[in-house]
Amino acid sequence: MIFLKLILTNLLRHRIRSLISIAGIAFSVAAMLTIVTILQGAVGMFSGILSSDSQIIVFERNVSDLFFSNVPASALTEISTWPIVQHADPVLFGVVTSSDHPIITCFGITAADARLRKATWLEGSRANFARQPDDVVLGQRAAEFLHAHLNSSVAIGNGTFHVAGIIQTANGFEDGGVFMPLPAAQDFFHKPGASSVITIKLSDKKFVDEFKQRIKAHYPDLIALEDAEFTRSYSQFKILKATAWTVGGCGLLLGGLGVANTMIMSVFTRIREIAILRVNGFSNLQIATMIFGESALVSVFGAITGLLLGAAFLWVLKLIPALHGYVDVTIQPFIVLTVIVLAFLTGVAGALYPAMYAMRIRAVEALRFE
Amino acid sequence: MKPPTIHPIEPRIVLRASEVWKSYDDGSITVLKGVDFAAREGQTVALCGPSGCGKSTLLHLLGGLDEPDRGSVAVNSTELSRHRSRLNLLRYDIGFVFQLHNLIPDLTLQENCLIPTVAAGINRGAALARLKHLTDRTGLSHRLHHRIQKLSGGERQRTALCRALMNSPRILLADEPTGSLDEETSSTVFQLLLDIAATEGVTLVMATHDRALAARCDRLVDMHDGRIREPQPD
Ligand SMILES: Nc1ncnc2c1ncn2[C@@H]1O[C@H](COP(=O)(O)OP(=O)(O)OP(=O)(O)O)[C@@H](O)[C@H]1O
Ligand SMILES: [Mg+2]
Repeated sequence: MIFLKLILTNLLRHRIRSLISIAGIAFSVAAMLTIVTILQGAVGMFSGILSSDSQIIVFERNVSDLFFSNVPASALTEISTWPIVQHADPVLFGVVTSSDHPIITCFGITAADARLRKATWLEGSRANFARQPDDVVLGQRAAEFLHAHLNSSVAIGNGTFHVAGIIQTANGFEDGGVFMPLPAAQDFFHKPGASSVITIKLSDKKFVDEFKQRIKAHYPDLIALEDAEFTRSYSQFKILKATAWTVGGCGLLLGGLGVANTMIMSVFTRIREIAILRVNGFSNLQIATMIFGESALVSVFGAITGLLLGAAFLWVLKLIPALHGYVDVTIQPFIVLTVIVLAFLTGVAGALYPAMYAMRIRAVEALRFE
Repeated sequence: MKPPTIHPIEPRIVLRASEVWKSYDDGSITVLKGVDFAAREGQTVALCGPSGCGKSTLLHLLGGLDEPDRGSVAVNSTELSRHRSRLNLLRYDIGFVFQLHNLIPDLTLQENCLIPTVAAGINRGAALARLKHLTDRTGLSHRLHHRIQKLSGGERQRTALCRALMNSPRILLADEPTGSLDEETSSTVFQLLLDIAATEGVTLVMATHDRALAARCDRLVDMHDGRIREPQPD
């Protein structure tokens, strides 16, 4: 009790200072939470695009980015005939620009594609998909920002297309995307006969390994990965995640420096008090515990405030219509946990030097000074 | 049958400094120059001498707050260097009272006094009972939950005395314990110190400038220029 009181007393003695360092941790925790959550959400969404109604994704081995992957039509044709494959859907990814939208994702797909099957058709119908080579189906949001409606024509890149349908999907990327018949897309992106990936649904899950083996044997240039496997290993995702955690980590580091600064001040202004505790039988461990306790308290308060702040911020982001579907605001427990642990460790690290300094305080010398 | 020979039983020596040397600033100031000092159990000893003669330094060495350059200090016949640990010495064997009360201002009297018991891991019930006993003795029982800032100088010094005695040490080292009080308060606080020391059977070594107070102790030891001028008891 007295122990806690000693810690609290000191925090309360310098309220502003304590608040500032709590705020430091809070802001960095909030930043980390939002950045990581948003990116995690984006990654989740992107993998969602790939895994819609499929278990496996086949693409070119050793490409850094799926946009550069080329899967030949011959492979598609043959894989579709394998008995263990229920359906194989080619997807060609491309990025186009429109007058005021720098990036629109384009999906070259077939009419059988799960994306079209599973979507809610707001206008038009799937039966009409790919009737004409210049037909496109727009995601709801894409239709909004392109000011397009059924049967209007839209300029995308340096082509003009006829809107054959507007669909609503749960996925932000898809919702802001343009769906083209595969041949049109191949033509548009100058990739004749190719797709970026093939998404595979097997007739049974147990064939996963067999399927991978067969790809390896028949197509040494291609690779087949399960969806989860792909999400884990795709280098773009790795880079995104690493960036998110690094940026978040840097924020936390700054917060940690704030704590360190506070703790150093806290020890320096309390040399006499520490000496008194020492004369009264406090051990080094007890003194260190007090210092670490103080910084842990600051970090934990900061982390809690930060989590609330971050959650509030994410909630606000969710309300912004333009971001709808792009920002997945589901806060994952593992992120919360990691952030708390990191904040706590930062606090402890920040108290390391101050605690060592405090342990070296010699009572005789400290008590000589008024 | 021979009648047994009766020796007067002298209390044992609980605190002893032998040939203690201490200098500061890499030897440029030598403060203690071969001090021999001993105190017996239950004795009250006044350490007198001019300012700067090394009284505080000696007390710090006796209490294990500092180490001598040469010579040895023994508490309860155990040399400090061989003592289980200085920490235990401070926790269980020795209490300190300083000229400045050295209490933590934003804690209450009770909290301040509980600090040594928290350090030593003594259970709260026992600690509170001991505190009640001591505050009754020192007339502070109505002040338990007051912050130190609200107490008078005399009350603070009495609080410091309670704190020093919380873990029932056998030795009390006091460095001008009444030095910051006015004459009258000083006299009462000092008497309280002597009384409690007597009832608790504590050995008291006290540095003071005040000869009148010193005269009320069992023994007066004069320090001068880093040496003690007093015939040593055996
Ligand atoms: N840590 C230190 N560094 C340098 N000099 C010191 C140190 N501690 C004590 N001294 C010096 O040692 C001498 C004795 O100091 P000490 O405090 O023991 O004297 P004292 O007898 O208690 O004096 P006073 O009656 O004024 O309290 C003084 O000259 C002091 O300046
Ligand atoms: Mg002194």
